[in-house]
Amino acid sequence: MIQIKDLHKSYQMGKNSLHVLKGINFEVEEGELVSIMGSSGSGKSTLLNILGILDEADLGTYTLDNTLIKNLSEKVAAQYRNKFLGFIFQSFNLINYKSALDNVSLPLYYQGVNRKERFERSMYYLEKVGLADWSGHLPSELSGGQKQRVAIARALASDPKVLLADEPTGALDTKTSYEVMELIQKINDEGKTILIVTHEPDIAEMTKRIVNLKDGLIIDDTRIEPKRASLYV
Amino acid sequence: MNSIFSKDLWKEILESITSNGFRTIITAFGVFWGIFILVLLLSASKGFQNGINKKFEGISTNSIFVWAQGISKEYKGLPKNRNYTFKLEDAEAIKKNIKGLDIVSPRNRLGGWGASNIISHKLNTGSFSVEADFPEILKQKSLKIQQGRFVNQRDIEDKRKVAVIGWAIINELFDKEERDQVIGSYIKIQGVSFKVVGVYKDLSMRGKNNIEDQKNIHVPFTTFSQVFNKANEVRYFFITAKKEQSVTEIKDDIFALLRSRHKIHPEDDRAIGHADLNKFFTKFSLLFLTLKIVSYFVGILILASGVIGVSNIMLIVIKERTKEIGVRRALGATPGNIRKQILLESLFLTIMSGMAGVAFAAFISFVVNYYLDNMGSDGLMINPSVDLVTIGVALIILIICGLLAGLIPAQTAIKIKPIEALRTE
Repeated sequence: MIQIKDLHKSYQMGKNSLHVLKGINFEVEEGELVSIMGSSGSGKSTLLNILGILDEADLGTYTLDNTLIKNLSEKVAAQYRNKFLGFIFQSFNLINYKSALDNVSLPLYYQGVNRKERFERSMYYLEKVGLADWSGHLPSELSGGQKQRVAIARALASDPKVLLADEPTGALDTKTSYEVMELIQKINDEGKTILIVTHEPDIAEMTKRIVNLKDGLIIDDTRIEPKRASLYV
Repeated sequence: MNSIFSKDLWKEILESITSNGFRTIITAFGVFWGIFILVLLLSASKGFQNGINKKFEGISTNSIFVWAQGISKEYKGLPKNRNYTFKLEDAEAIKKNIKGLDIVSPRNRLGGWGASNIISHKLNTGSFSVEADFPEILKQKSLKIQQGRFVNQRDIEDKRKVAVIGWAIINELFDKEERDQVIGSYIKIQGVSFKVVGVYKDLSMRGKNNIEDQKNIHVPFTTFSQVFNKANEVRYFFITAKKEQSVTEIKDDIFALLRSRHKIHPEDDRAIGHADLNKFFTKFSLLFLTLKIVSYFVGILILASGVIGVSNIMLIVIKERTKEIGVRRALGATPGNIRKQILLESLFLTIMSGMAGVAFAAFISFVVNYYLDNMGSDGLMINPSVDLVTIGVALIILIICGLLAGLIPAQTAIKIKPIEALRTE
């Protein structure tokens, strides 16, 4: 699903160049649930940005679902993001003046799906995350866990190949974090490829594979037997 | 999604505009005020124009009056200070030789300017002016025939002794019981009997303001010449040019022709007197044009500051919505989507507030109108109004302004990288 070869990325900070990624080689098969760990400054956010087609590497290749991601125009990048990727953010990033249902249907809106079908599909995903009864509510009327579940429904709405989650439980308490992880595992069980950036070891243990980043290089890549979040809830 | 009439797109726009209602209203006010001032100024200048036009109402404005005065230069052995009069043949010559004229009306008047003559009916007498006219005068001056008819061609040919009197004369000359049988009765002008065949009302503004204009007596030109021994003399010409030809431009040709016909020195400017209505009217037209330009200038400047306000606020809004725009981008919005949305938001805001301004200005001029009408004013300002053309122009200005106001914010917005959305503060 994802192939990354010899990926380099540096940022220009004034006169100094900051070499963030120093040659990453990395592959993800379909249906994997991968956590990317590392201390701050290890380059994990940069890696996620590149994986999310939000940023572009200086060197190396990135292939997503057999499509080479290189030198894309803003427009094509937006279309690829819409088609291939679903984003889950630490701070949920729901649009605060839109109802849960409208938030979920936003990726479909940008796909040009008509109104009726959009709402049917969005409703389906809201049901999947257990928030069908909350479809008309604004984000401000939802709890943190509910917000993140709406965000997950939104990420799923366009039926992407890969879900990218940036610290999805970073703003949640432990109990809610496990509830969200349970949902993520459930989605993974249905075959969706998911990448999670996290620095919480207990969250990482709930994934099938832990990739450790340090100073722009992968220092460890281990497949593990995931702990089921449902046991902790 | 591609159409700007898509319900979803407008829902998006309305949602984001109404998500901060107070700020939207404050922003909109600048444009509202600008277009309000613009339309109000235009409406006021329209009102002044109507007022002046009313003063000229009922008379062909592309006209001059030409009369004979004392000759001031010797020429071809003829002395100065001699008197001369225009002749009926001059009218024919003017018509034939000067291109672009519509009507040339020779006119005579009994007595000097403003002098009156004893007119009597049975035992009643009064002093009124007597005008000798051809039927064409009706095309130059709006006299409404209330009863009977005006002087016609047969009257001219047969030199009939008929008269058309002003409605205001009836009460002075006729006893109460006779007032409904004015037509067919006889009046005496300097002892000569004339049959009354019509009653007129002068509809021009001058006529309305000046009761004397309602008390004239019009008789056939030829009859007048014969009865009062004027032969083929003409006191003055009332000349109207065709619409497409300014009479001011050709009046010198008319004077030159008249000078040569009467053996007057070509440079004797005093010999021919004239009054040029067109020149007078053109001066006013120029004044109104200036007024209109000033209105547009001032209005558009005020509007511009409103537009800059919208642009500014949109920039702030975009800074505030950086995250939201980033999220939209991450979810698959193309730069085009974002640009379209920002432009349409700005356009919508500008047009809505602008049209509210137009409506408010229309309302104000309606109120002003109402009071002016109630005062029955003959003042300078009549019916200040907002016409469809003004609204159309305002709308076009607003569309342009809206797009301009949205342009910079839209460019700023599409520069926002989706990566911004991932940054958690």
